[in-house]
Amino acid sequence: MSDLATAFRDALDLLLSLDPELAAIVALSLQVSLGAVAVAALVGMPLGAVVAVGRFPGRMAVVVLMNALMGLPPVVVGLVVYLLLSRAGPLGAFGLLYTPTAMVIAQAVLVTPIIAALTRQTVEDLWGEYEEQLRVLGVSRLEMVATLLWDARPSLLTGLLAGFGRAVAEVGAVIIVGGNINHVTRVMTTTIALETSKGNLSLALGLGIILVAITVTVSALVMAMRGREGRAVHG
Amino acid sequence: MTRNSLRARLATAVLALALAAPAAAESIIVQSTTSTQNSGLLDVILPQFTAKTGIEVRVVAVGTGQAIKNATNGDGDVLLVHARAAEEKFVADGFGVERFDLMYNDFVVVGPKADPAGVAGTGDVVAALGKIAATTSAFASRGDDSGTHKKERSLWKLAGVDPTSASGAWYRETGSGMGATLNAAAGMGAYTLTDRATWIAFENKADLAIAVEGDTRLFNQYGVILVSPQKHPHVKAKSGQAFIDWLRSDEGQSAIAAFRIDGQQLFFPNAKR
Amino acid sequence: MADAGVVDPRLDDAGLVAGGVAPLCCSGVGLARGGRVLLDDVTLELARRPGVTVILGPNGAGKSLLLRVVAGLVEPDRGRVRWGPRPPDRSRATRIGFVFQKPVMLRRSVLANVTYALRAAGVPRHEREARARSLLAAGDLGHLERVSARVLSGGEQQRVALVRALATKPEALLLDEPTASLDPRSTQAIEALVRATRAAGVGVVLVTHDLGQARRLADEVVFIHRGRVLEQAPAACFFDAPSTAAAREFLDGGLVL
Ligand SMILES: Nc1ncnc2c1ncn2[C@@H]1O[C@H](COP(=O)(O)OP(=O)(O)OP(=O)(O)O)[C@@H](O)[C@H]1O
Ligand SMILES: [Mg+2]
Repeated sequence: MSDLATAFRDALDLLLSLDPELAAIVALSLQVSLGAVAVAALVGMPLGAVVAVGRFPGRMAVVVLMNALMGLPPVVVGLVVYLLLSRAGPLGAFGLLYTPTAMVIAQAVLVTPIIAALTRQTVEDLWGEYEEQLRVLGVSRLEMVATLLWDARPSLLTGLLAGFGRAVAEVGAVIIVGGNINHVTRVMTTTIALETSKGNLSLALGLGIILVAITVTVSALVMAMRGREGRAVHG
Repeated sequence: MTRNSLRARLATAVLALALAAPAAAESIIVQSTTSTQNSGLLDVILPQFTAKTGIEVRVVAVGTGQAIKNATNGDGDVLLVHARAAEEKFVADGFGVERFDLMYNDFVVVGPKADPAGVAGTGDVVAALGKIAATTSAFASRGDDSGTHKKERSLWKLAGVDPTSASGAWYRETGSGMGATLNAAAGMGAYTLTDRATWIAFENKADLAIAVEGDTRLFNQYGVILVSPQKHPHVKAKSGQAFIDWLRSDEGQSAIAAFRIDGQQLFFPNAKR
Repeated sequence: MADAGVVDPRLDDAGLVAGGVAPLCCSGVGLARGGRVLLDDVTLELARRPGVTVILGPNGAGKSLLLRVVAGLVEPDRGRVRWGPRPPDRSRATRIGFVFQKPVMLRRSVLANVTYALRAAGVPRHEREARARSLLAAGDLGHLERVSARVLSGGEQQRVALVRALATKPEALLLDEPTASLDPRSTQAIEALVRATRAAGVGVVLVTHDLGQARRLADEVVFIHRGRVLEQAPAACFFDAPSTAAAREFLDGGLVL
């Protein structure tokens, strides 16, 4: 297909020319999505761990809900966050709509259930193994959660990666709350959407290829980090 | 130890970056239609305004319906759209200060070169739509309540056809923007109504060509409105008004007239003073 | 030992630390799961100090379960467990050392497994590493301290688990088949450790299927069969003249092996 060939050439051209406009868009994408993953991790990991080791009424319901929310449609999240942040909404006074912060918030909402649910599963498995040992060592509940999170970190890293992949690839939420404003809230996916709507298919595809290349790179970096972590313990 | 503190510092940096408010000189938000943005008009004229006044213009380009809704919520300082009746209602409801004519472009009907409805070259858009319906030739509609969609519906009305009864058959509502609808029309060999600006700038024309143009009923008037600071006190009325004033000034009007793609003028300034 | 069963109500925590004699007491403990009675009316005193109580019994008799009940890890359906005046709860968990039948290694280095226990026991940070090192050296594990505990052999893991259990200087030590997968030399090392621990005034409870080991270490034997305590007797009496047919059979079978 000639379209695909052109797309690859366009992507290569863009990369090789180190286009500053493109670099800014890529940087904003990474900044927003990494920020969202950081926020989601701060909320989702403790939440997942607490649900994993906690015994409280309605726990099963929480687990089911967390798993279900992994599939939240980005557009719906975008819409809800828009309604919250809109000047006419309850948080309108902060003036956050159409800023990168709004995009971080929307993506964090998308990613938190993913990280929480994967953390819950991972920690619960480890908890089955650790519980009695930690209890005979007299470890407090809070320390147990910290220990489980720490010891499960290689698997949790995969959860973070899944969250990052979801965040950096979604367009539905950020285009609504960010507004795709040039030089302010334009990220890779919204640029792709825009170029597609302009009929600029090969450029859009080129950007898509760059996006995939970035996620692959991030994933490889994380795996390398995991490997080093593993070696550090053995060495 | 070093690695840990490095990681901690990295994490803080990421957070700080992510949560930092963007460095803001004075800036305004313009709720606009996709046609002004996708055609590239705004990319050309906005820097001229910013260079002159130091005011940065942030454009949120969505369908007319959504743009008006967003402005109604106070999520913008200026509204720049093309749906006269809705604009006038917006002002009458107190959400806008005053509506000004700014410029016009026109709509064209594009369709497959094979021209199954036999309408190519007609100057009568109403008759052409009648033929498309009669021959049940595929027609792609925005179907998104945008300015273009509103225009299209008014033309069907004039033709005495209710195309929605054929929805899903020859009448296909994409529910998306102009670009996506053009992509769809190109993909399925359908006719569609588009503003000329988007059409000229559109790069995936495939087998599509202009079928109907030049009818005065295809006239497309753009209006510009300052969002009411009475309704929404945070509206940057002074900067927004400065933008509107500039667009309507000789300088702004000639900037609009000077914008060309492939040598063609896309927008025709007609601000009355 | 004669008056060990009488728990002086004034025996508070301080008394225990000071070398009090309170054993772990079960009275009328019963436990059923899935319609099966796993422990039936168990009344005993374990970990009298100092001393080694060996628990014997066939597979599935309830030995491991009893240890977990006694350590407060499993709540019995009936009866109660007391250590001194109160149940053995978290606040005193570190005074009970426990080595599980399947040792649990934290996903960390061998050294970190031990320092973790020291931290949980409230040992100040600057003392932990040195203490853990000397403990590991004593357990002949010094050369493995930087290795990930999860990659150790089964026998090595059991030794790490024992060192970790001893690190917090417990007053009672519960060992569930600690030499099950050890070679003869390691078994001897563990037995030496158990003797030293006993000599230091700690009450030891040892589950084992190694009758030779039981003879070498036991001051007292508890024989469990199908969740019931059939015998509790001084070691010499038990081995010379078991009073139940089940125990006799068990010993015969064991000797044949
Ligand atoms: N949580 C549980 N739920 C159901 N049954 C259990 C549970 N824990 C233990 N059991 C059962 O209780 C019985 C006693 O188990 P236990 O582990 O105490 O045996 P044991 O005497 O230690 O045997 P072995 O010598 O093989 O280690 C077994 O039949 C086991 O299946
Ligand atoms: Mg057992």
